[in-house]
Amino acid sequence: MSPRLHINVRRLFLLPARVWMTLFFAAPIAIVVSYSFLTRGDYGGVEQPWTIENFTRLADPLYVAILWRSIWIAALSTALCALLGFPLALFISRSGRRRNLYLQLVLLPFWTSFLVRTYAWLFILRDTGLVNTVLMRLHLIASPLQLLYNDRAVLLGLVYNFLPFFVLPMYATLERLDPALLEAAADLGARPFATLWRVVIPVSAPGFVAGSVLVFIPCLGAYLTPDLLGGGKTVMLGNLVQNQFTTARDWPFGSAASLVLMLASALLLASLMRSRMARELM
Amino acid sequence: MQPVLELRHVSRDFPGHRAVDNISLELERGGFYSLLGPSGCGKTTTLRMIGGFEQPSAGDVLLNGSVVNALKPFERDVSTVFQSYALFPHLTALGNVEFGLRERKLADRKPRAMRALELVQLTGKHDRTPAQLSGGERQRVALARSLVLEPQILLLDEPLAALDPKLRKEMRTELKAMQRKTGITFLFVTHDQEEALSMSDKVAVMNQGRIEQFGTPEEVYLRPASRFVAGFLGAINWFGKAGVRPESTRVSRDRPDHVPCCRAAVESTLFFGNVVHVNSVLDEGGRAVAELLRTQTTGEQNHFKEGEPVWIHWEPADELHFE
Repeated sequence: MSPRLHINVRRLFLLPARVWMTLFFAAPIAIVVSYSFLTRGDYGGVEQPWTIENFTRLADPLYVAILWRSIWIAALSTALCALLGFPLALFISRSGRRRNLYLQLVLLPFWTSFLVRTYAWLFILRDTGLVNTVLMRLHLIASPLQLLYNDRAVLLGLVYNFLPFFVLPMYATLERLDPALLEAAADLGARPFATLWRVVIPVSAPGFVAGSVLVFIPCLGAYLTPDLLGGGKTVMLGNLVQNQFTTARDWPFGSAASLVLMLASALLLASLMRSRMARELM
Repeated sequence: MQPVLELRHVSRDFPGHRAVDNISLELERGGFYSLLGPSGCGKTTTLRMIGGFEQPSAGDVLLNGSVVNALKPFERDVSTVFQSYALFPHLTALGNVEFGLRERKLADRKPRAMRALELVQLTGKHDRTPAQLSGGERQRVALARSLVLEPQILLLDEPLAALDPKLRKEMRTELKAMQRKTGITFLFVTHDQEEALSMSDKVAVMNQGRIEQFGTPEEVYLRPASRFVAGFLGAINWFGKAGVRPESTRVSRDRPDHVPCCRAAVESTLFFGNVVHVNSVLDEGGRAVAELLRTQTTGEQNHFKEGEPVWIHWEPADELHFE
């Protein structure tokens, strides 16, 4: 095959993806960018003149607080996913023939929709829900505990929904871990805990990075979980964007807010890509 | 003197087969020993039982006279150089060498580790990660990482297998020199008879989970205890029940006097530079190889024609006999 023909074949193969990405990714983004510089129409929609007011409005302490709050909740969710997900992934990677069964169990929640799973938590946590009913029947509490509509409920929902996104890349990394490294560590006098701390965790850093990115970014933009489990009290950036496009009918401001969200995620990714760990991951 | 290592009737069973079958062995302190055998003969399993990575199914492993069967690898004063080296990829060469010193809470970690790197001739490369080192350098780091702990025994699991042939030969001399310099007992596992013979004070030849012979390189090569040992340690020609090494086998055009001989036809002549191999087919059936030193052969002998009838002969003293 001549080099020229080779290049043409490559172009042909890339064509469907290129068309798709242009129509359904680049074009919508371009629309969002242009909306963010326009003025809100009287009955929704957008109109002239061009302005940067949508972005300056975001500097309002109210919105800055929402941004920081989103980052904080996303970071906390990621940390909790790592704390729960690492031991789980380690356990699965060392379970021999049963590892496939355990992986299926981790993926089991994906068999139902995200929405249904989040609603299920409403039934478990509400005043007349499973937890409160059981505790009251056992006479451990006199009146229902306020389990819903606070930050803890939102965290619970996020960790529950995104844990598999941490476990899977972590498992993939741990599964590739050379068992000879563990033997070498023991040979050099490291007890199991020292081996875990000084070998397993540092060597599986790429798994931590991949899992954290996969959890942090969707958590940062989450709106359904804070909406349902936070009861609208725990407003995150995703809720702000949603509100602007629905109730508030301020599309330009919503576009600006979503661009800032995208930018925050992109900056985070870019800084990770530059780090040494990410280069090892690639 | 108390042996540094003693194996007493050690066996190791795996589901369906016995990897190590009732072996006993004593190693004196400060020697260079080899476990030699084909793949699957149980030599690596034996090494892993000494390192603590496998438990014997029967028998005892003794270090300095005390039974260590139940001790975990991190509780044993032995160290292993793994076949894959198993260097920690996130640590530098120095970090790898310091690893064991840190775990054993020894003082002066850095100067000790630097001295160990100097011993393996890696001075100046201490801050490189394994990915930035060549195969030979990685192996040196693995050696330094174990040597720095001054273990009772250093276990080496086919450490030269991954190196290119030239480097392999250089490392033989170097390993032996390192062993002599440090005085640490080396137990070297290999399937390469040249490696085992050239470096060891004593060689244990293993086959099917058993030690067939334990002796000096000269003993196992010149007085092999079994047909297996004779065949594994070098090529051998069989003339009836007598075995003769190729270097003791001679070829001539004229019938020799007063020595055992038989008629044959030359099949091929291979020139290796330092030696010449004359392959022949015996008239009574079978084949024989005669290895002649180039410096001792006449130009004529280098040019036996294919199919040419010759006499194969040898000295009776060079015959090996087995029951």
